[in-house]
Amino acid sequence: MRFMSKIEKPFWIMRDYVKCSGCRRCEIACSLHHEGRIWPEASRVRVFMLVPGVEVPHLCAQCGDHPCVESCPVDALSVDPEMKNIIVDREKCTACGNCVEACPGRIPHIHPTEDYALICDLCGGDPECVKVCHEGRWDCLYIAKRETTYQYRLYAKRPEEVTKELAVMIYGEKGKEVI
Amino acid sequence: MRGYAGKCLEIDLSGGDFKEIRFPDGVLRDYIGGRGLAAKVLWDRFGGRWEEVDPMGQENLLTVLTGPLTGYYPGARLSISGKSPQCNGIVGSTIGSEVCIELKTAGYDGLFVSGRAEKPVYLWVTDEGAEIRDASNVWGKGAIEFLKHINRVGREDLEKKHPRKREWKEPQSVYIGPAGERLSRIAAVTGKYTHASGYGGYGAVMGSKNLKAVVVKGTGPLPEVADPPRVYELMQEICDLCFVNDMRRRWGTGYLGHDVGFRLSSEPIRNWQEEWHDERSFGVDKFEERVWVKRYWAEFGCPTSCLKVATPRAGKYVGSISDNPDYELQAYLGTNLGIFHPEDNVHLSALVDDLGLCGIQTGNVLGFAGELYQRGILTEEDLGFELNWGDTDAFARLIEMIVHRRGVGDILAEGTHLASLKLGEMKGVDLSEYAITAKGIGLGAHGIRSGEDYTGNISYCCSVQGGDHTSISCLPIDHGNSELTTALHDSGVYCMFNTYPPGTRDRLWEFFTAVRGWEMDRERWYATDARRIIDIQRAALLIGGPDLGWKPRLDDKNPERFYDPLPTGPWAGKAPKIEAVNAEVREYYDQMGWDENGIPTSNELRRLGLGTVDKKLNEIR
Repeated sequence: MRFMSKIEKPFWIMRDYVKCSGCRRCEIACSLHHEGRIWPEASRVRVFMLVPGVEVPHLCAQCGDHPCVESCPVDALSVDPEMKNIIVDREKCTACGNCVEACPGRIPHIHPTEDYALICDLCGGDPECVKVCHEGRWDCLYIAKRETTYQYRLYAKRPEEVTKELAVMIYGEKGKEVI
Repeated sequence: MRGYAGKCLEIDLSGGDFKEIRFPDGVLRDYIGGRGLAAKVLWDRFGGRWEEVDPMGQENLLTVLTGPLTGYYPGARLSISGKSPQCNGIVGSTIGSEVCIELKTAGYDGLFVSGRAEKPVYLWVTDEGAEIRDASNVWGKGAIEFLKHINRVGREDLEKKHPRKREWKEPQSVYIGPAGERLSRIAAVTGKYTHASGYGGYGAVMGSKNLKAVVVKGTGPLPEVADPPRVYELMQEICDLCFVNDMRRRWGTGYLGHDVGFRLSSEPIRNWQEEWHDERSFGVDKFEERVWVKRYWAEFGCPTSCLKVATPRAGKYVGSISDNPDYELQAYLGTNLGIFHPEDNVHLSALVDDLGLCGIQTGNVLGFAGELYQRGILTEEDLGFELNWGDTDAFARLIEMIVHRRGVGDILAEGTHLASLKLGEMKGVDLSEYAITAKGIGLGAHGIRSGEDYTGNISYCCSVQGGDHTSISCLPIDHGNSELTTALHDSGVYCMFNTYPPGTRDRLWEFFTAVRGWEMDRERWYATDARRIIDIQRAALLIGGPDLGWKPRLDDKNPERFYDPLPTGPWAGKAPKIEAVNAEVREYYDQMGWDENGIPTSNELRRLGLGTVDKKLNEIR
């Protein structure tokens, strides 16, 4: 994909929530890539729809300070030196859930049937979710060169918090009453 | 047979009992899922005494089903059926909702709900099974309040009880509003604020069972398919074909609001007195520029996103939330009421959606009432206010009266067909010419008089789903628009819109084969499998009862108005000829293997292995 090959690594998956159609093709692509099945709850990106019309794709914010890594009692999480994504060591991980609580956005989640945490690994540098989002011309998820900024951390938010804000942006005053 | 979770759940709300049902491969092979499977199960259970079963009685079975292609074919839907209060037959209705995905990932192909709970309840379904939960505190609530509540308590419950730590996604729900609770026959089963399974009137069936909602959360994968690599390739191919369908992607069905009214001249205007308008105020550009706040909104896996989210930014209807509105509601809660302003149209759509009415049936009955007012048959005294065409607030008042069954609203809540009989009796006049219905069901917003739309002379005459514009009878019977084709989509249970772009339909049969691992072919479908489903539906309709019945042949007809020449527009003066319609009806009977009265013949039914249908139909032969 031409537009992606031009972006230097490491990159960041940007998100533009209001462009999310709620089609969940990102969940399909992610779970097919990682699990070989269509498995929305095992997808590293999950689309929340706490309010219809206000869909929120929830995936690792790739923050720079990595509270999840720090929280791990068994050193199962590490940062990839090139891509800066989080790597989960499935052998070491005990599915304790500390990383879920440590993340301000509660973004990591435990695999529905296996004992390890799921965190976006950028598909090793070629993220499937971004590809399907782009081919549909939604571009809610797209990649951008990673800059030195604190900004990424701001995206580590719980879906409820994002939804409350987006609902007002989308529905105006009424948005305050819907969640 | 692959593509299935392998089990369904039957819930008896009276006794609080649960029972797993596993269908033999032969049944799944022939009836597939969704609409087909619902027809089979309903007939097996009730066929012998169909006329006695009250759609709103305890024993009626509400079916909430997926199909093998659900989640795989791009654009997932959920099938809702049962014995219909609108026609006393079987209507295979569908709704865009992620409940279908949650069901399959929780390990269920569907639910069958019988009985009646003592107090309001909802069904809570997860990988661990189902529970009947109290819904007293949400009874009476509209969609927005209901979802606000259920998403919060549902997530809290999952967080508390589930062993695996995660931020919980909301469970998915289909629910009814006050309209269904009050047993309005035009109540829909609804979801996602704006989505509805309207045809058939199953909102009232849920209401009669004291069932507020079905709420589901699954965490497993979709069921395995027979040929995974080919299925994933086909999914991509269908998406690629849909991605270039730019008109539908950009404008949804909303572009039809001007196109059908202006170019095709087949849009209902003021209760179908006209079918042509050139109101620029109602072009899709106006909706796009004035009210759309999200331009691409989709169901699971859908490449098309024909839906849009709309809310007025200014004026007195700020705070109303609807989708596009899609073409049907643009027409029925717009042009059919003489309303030509996007904000007003959004407002009425939002109102019926939140209260749980079917937008099509409601717009149909509102138009009927509007014409009675125009002609002085319904008066200000009857209504308590004036009901002039284009008066949005007056129609909104009437919607409230229908939902709460106040005054004349109590009669209109029964739908156009029954309302025309009751009001006709009260007023001492025959009102049938103002009722634009087929077999009890208000027609979809596509007329036949101009001859320019996809609908034709007999679209609504012989359909086993009456006025349903998505399930129409046409010649030849294996046409892409025929209800034999729709029955395939509604049984595989995916969105038929993603079978419109050229190339998609060529892949359908292979898609079924790759998912199920059983060779599916076109010839067999139209010669045999589709016929079984349609013939069961046809038999149920002709047997009818307890309070509605349709005469063979005589009731296979168009609304009287469709024989009045179009008064305006480029096709002014045009109307079908009754002789031509009758000839096509006879030809349709022939192609379907039905006799001269439209009753499936014994030979045909025996060929299809439908002995019980044949036996039952002897009662009306």
